[in-house]
Amino acid sequence: MNYDIIIIGAGIVGCSIARELSSYNGSVVVLEKENDVSVGTTKANSGIAHAGFDAKVGTLKAKFNVLGNKMMPSLSNDLDFPFKQNGAIVLGFEEESLEILKDLLNRGIVSGVERLKIISKDEILKLEPNVNPNVKYGLLAPTSGIVSPYEMAIAYVENASSNGVRFDFNSEVIRIERDKNEYVVTTASNKTYVGKVIINCAGVYSDKIHSLASNKKSPFTVISRKGEYCLLDKMYGDMASHTLFQTPSKLGKGVLVTPTTHGNLLVGPNAQDEVDNANVDTTIEGLKEIWDKASLTMPNLPKRGVITQFAGLRSHLKESDDFIIGFDNELIGFYDVAGIESPGLTAAPAIAKHVSKEVATYLNLGINLHFNPIRKAIPQISALPNEVREKLIKENPLYGHIICRCEVVSEGEIVEAIHRVPGAKDLDGIKRRTRAGMGRCQMGFCTPKIMEILARELHEDIDEITKNGHHSYMVEKR
Amino acid sequence: MINHDLVIVGGGPAGLAAAIGAYESGIKDILIIEREEHLGGILNQCIHNGFGLHTFKEELTGPEYASRYINKVLEYKIPYKLNTTVIDLNGDKVITALNESDGLLLIQAKAIVLACGCRERPRGAINIAGSRCSGIYSAGTAQKLVNIDGLKVGKEVVILGSGDIGLIMARRMTFEGAKVKAVVELMSYSSGLNRNIVQCLNDFDIPLYFSHTVIEIKGKDRLEKVKIAKVDEHLNPILDTAFEIECDTLLLSVGLLPENELARNYDVNLSKTTNGAIVNENMMTSKEGIFECGNVLHVHDLVDYVSEESYLAGKMAAKYLNGELNLKSKVLTVNPTNGIRYTVPQLINIDDNYSPIQFKMRVSNVFKNVEIRLLVDDEVIFKKYKQIVTPGEMETLNIKEDLVKKIKQGSKIEITLFRRS
Ligand SMILES: Cc1cc2nc3c(=O)[nH]c(=O)nc-3n(C[C@H](O)[C@H](O)[C@H](O)COP(=O)(O)OP(=O)(O)OC[C@H]3O[C@@H](n4cnc5c(N)ncnc54)[C@H](O)[C@@H]3O)c2cc1C
Ligand SMILES: Cc1cc2nc3c(=O)[nH]c(=O)nc-3n(C[C@H](O)[C@H](O)[C@H](O)COP(=O)(O)OP(=O)(O)OC[C@H]3O[C@@H](n4cnc5c(N)ncnc54)[C@H](O)[C@@H]3O)c2cc1C
Repeated sequence: MNYDIIIIGAGIVGCSIARELSSYNGSVVVLEKENDVSVGTTKANSGIAHAGFDAKVGTLKAKFNVLGNKMMPSLSNDLDFPFKQNGAIVLGFEEESLEILKDLLNRGIVSGVERLKIISKDEILKLEPNVNPNVKYGLLAPTSGIVSPYEMAIAYVENASSNGVRFDFNSEVIRIERDKNEYVVTTASNKTYVGKVIINCAGVYSDKIHSLASNKKSPFTVISRKGEYCLLDKMYGDMASHTLFQTPSKLGKGVLVTPTTHGNLLVGPNAQDEVDNANVDTTIEGLKEIWDKASLTMPNLPKRGVITQFAGLRSHLKESDDFIIGFDNELIGFYDVAGIESPGLTAAPAIAKHVSKEVATYLNLGINLHFNPIRKAIPQISALPNEVREKLIKENPLYGHIICRCEVVSEGEIVEAIHRVPGAKDLDGIKRRTRAGMGRCQMGFCTPKIMEILARELHEDIDEITKNGHHSYMVEKR
Repeated sequence: MINHDLVIVGGGPAGLAAAIGAYESGIKDILIIEREEHLGGILNQCIHNGFGLHTFKEELTGPEYASRYINKVLEYKIPYKLNTTVIDLNGDKVITALNESDGLLLIQAKAIVLACGCRERPRGAINIAGSRCSGIYSAGTAQKLVNIDGLKVGKEVVILGSGDIGLIMARRMTFEGAKVKAVVELMSYSSGLNRNIVQCLNDFDIPLYFSHTVIEIKGKDRLEKVKIAKVDEHLNPILDTAFEIECDTLLLSVGLLPENELARNYDVNLSKTTNGAIVNENMMTSKEGIFECGNVLHVHDLVDYVSEESYLAGKMAAKYLNGELNLKSKVLTVNPTNGIRYTVPQLINIDDNYSPIQFKMRVSNVFKNVEIRLLVDDEVIFKKYKQIVTPGEMETLNIKEDLVKKIKQGSKIEITLFRRS
């Protein structure tokens, strides 16, 4: 198949670029090696829409972070994904912290972050009564927010798809060849795609993709750096209302404690260099480390409140501390979006605008007059007023059948998640789209029912249902 | 809005017995709400026998036991709604429920019995590091897949937790042709019934590792192996004792969580120890007219006790509806001390109608040669000798009316373990 643009990787970067490109006239395909969107780094991070005071002044990180943060409110409105501007506080526990906080404040001001302010211990404890009373100073950043990263990516993808972008899953790119003025991309299942431009959004694999195309060592090397988290029950979600960072010190960057958009409490991450790009296992030492560090922020964190742990990989570049965004100097029509570590999630909307404009100009693409920027989320029975619930169930009785007890998710929501394009194909896909299985019992109760619904709606046998694609089967072959 | 005198949330053994208790005490306007397709609760997936020894003096399977109560409910023509989930409780006992045929149901109740049962604790709650591959199930989920859906969950199995559900699943998986390679237990004792250890593990030569735990999970797509280590006296893993077992399935039987969302949102006072409501001897919670019983109140090991407790809750709800409960009496707290972890009820009312009280309780550790004592104002008014008590087996004290009379306004009540040397 021939396309104007082939995007490799369906993380937040690939998904947001795909959607922005769909506002131009051009054919776009996204190739993703996994069974779903947002299963790489984009599903496992802090989910903070950073204000932008952290990145060094003048870097791409700072520029796109601040721009992306400003886009978040209206974008979350258009695409209907969970976002809340809850503000952040960087907590200082030492006298020396004040100087560092002032530095951050100044950096932020120069980069264009608004309303930053140093606050006192009393002000902090008034805003956040559960914070360690030994806190001395804080930097308040009211423009910081929280976002559900995988729902943001899914929203982007559904919108891109309705505007004509094609998504192919289980399509690992293993070969990239140059044929005349085009690239021929081959996947592990031996399908080929021909495109004029390749956009490399492969996250921790972006150096590998680059060298597939260039046939030599990539000019940049990704060091994947693992970050681990603990997620707490919603019962404890209100222990913090702001995102609480620790002041960076000799001991490192510290960990954060933050509420999530769904009202849980999230604690983490640490930072461990990891050689294996596919290894997102949590570790005994790592989980202990984040817990110990988080206890500095909040001494009363309830360990029994933890419902799950996870880890994600930062794609840190060996050669540079900044994002790499742009056409390669040697490879014609090959565009890298690499080294997109934090604040990559926040920056993605702004990066996508920038990249799509550059690529559209390069290919001379016109504006897509049919582009519709609006996408609606799946209705959530748990969050709706009674009148709307009644109407919805009347139209589709499946909305009256509750499947997930912890998060109160109905069969209607699950069926819709399966039939959206691109839809959920496995248990984790249902989870990210509907929250069924994300609560207190972590799918203990609803697993059998969701397996049944998936099999029925996808016309598959129940023994073909997986947790997250590949060979992650749930039950034995019959 | 529809009206009912008594609404029972949950149609498991607790809800069924509560309905029968209320009916036999004269309440006819009852509605049972159950979210599954059948009445019977968790018993429907417990196809092994061993139920009802206490009540019926015979060994029934879970579904057989449940059907005795379901038949009574049918005989009494007590109305129930299936496939209906209660999602909220608010206002003055207004229930919000959903199902496919009625859509949204708003029900004004005069009294409510919460009999919602419990859920299993997930892997995350016990902080096991490693991969998040498939093949890790809570034991009850696996039980449902195997017993109800007729599926095979795996070939080589490790089970974490030697509670009854874990033990029963060890045998069940063996019957299904799987190899159960180990049952691993954090504590130095099992919280399951002794008969289950014998019948489910020993009879099949399944090794049981006490004072061990699973510390890491490995596997790319599906589980490949688990790492197990011995724990020290503080239950912390001793890393250099670690060894690996290859398996494709890990079943977790690591505790149950009473399902108290409705109660919590309704500001019912909950106990940090049981995670259930704090109730008085009438099974009434801190909210007038809201009763709780069964596994949502505290985790029981025998369903017979669930039925007994819930029958009482139904009866008391009826008394409440008939205006026969004294709501103004003085409330006393029962203090569990010295090895008693909790008691149910946690509170008792003192009025002039003395009736017998049954205290249920769990101990915090294994103790031998002990007396469970009830003290009123530091005087032992009742004691029961036990050769051994374990956290896995619920203990009861039945206090007769004449002894209950010794409890006066302002009395100090204590239930304690006394060690005979
Ligand atoms: C611990 C941690 C915390 C973070 N916290 C924040 C935060 O709070 N705020 C913030 O703004 N940012 C944060 N980030 C950064 C943010 O998560 C990332 O910048 C962002 O998710 C990167 O998205 P991506 O699309 O580049 O990568 P990914 O989501 O990893 O997407 C890359 C995709 O490419 C696919 N792929 C790879 N190779 C191939 C191939 N050969 N063929 C086909 N497909 C392929 C992968 O399967 C994957 O789906 C954090 C990151 C980490 C690790
Ligand atoms: C594997 C296993 C083995 C066991 N073995 C034995 C044994 O050998 N002998 C023995 O005596 N006991 C045994 N038991 C214990 C016994 O089954 C339980 O004690 C008993 O089922 C608890 O009854 P319950 O009614 O409190 O809870 P459940 O049986 O869990 O019933 C609660 C019901 O409430 C419904 N519900 C909850 N919330 C709502 C809502 N919001 N709206 C509508 N409906 C709702 C649920 O769907 C459920 O049907 C075993 C249990 C298990 C899991």
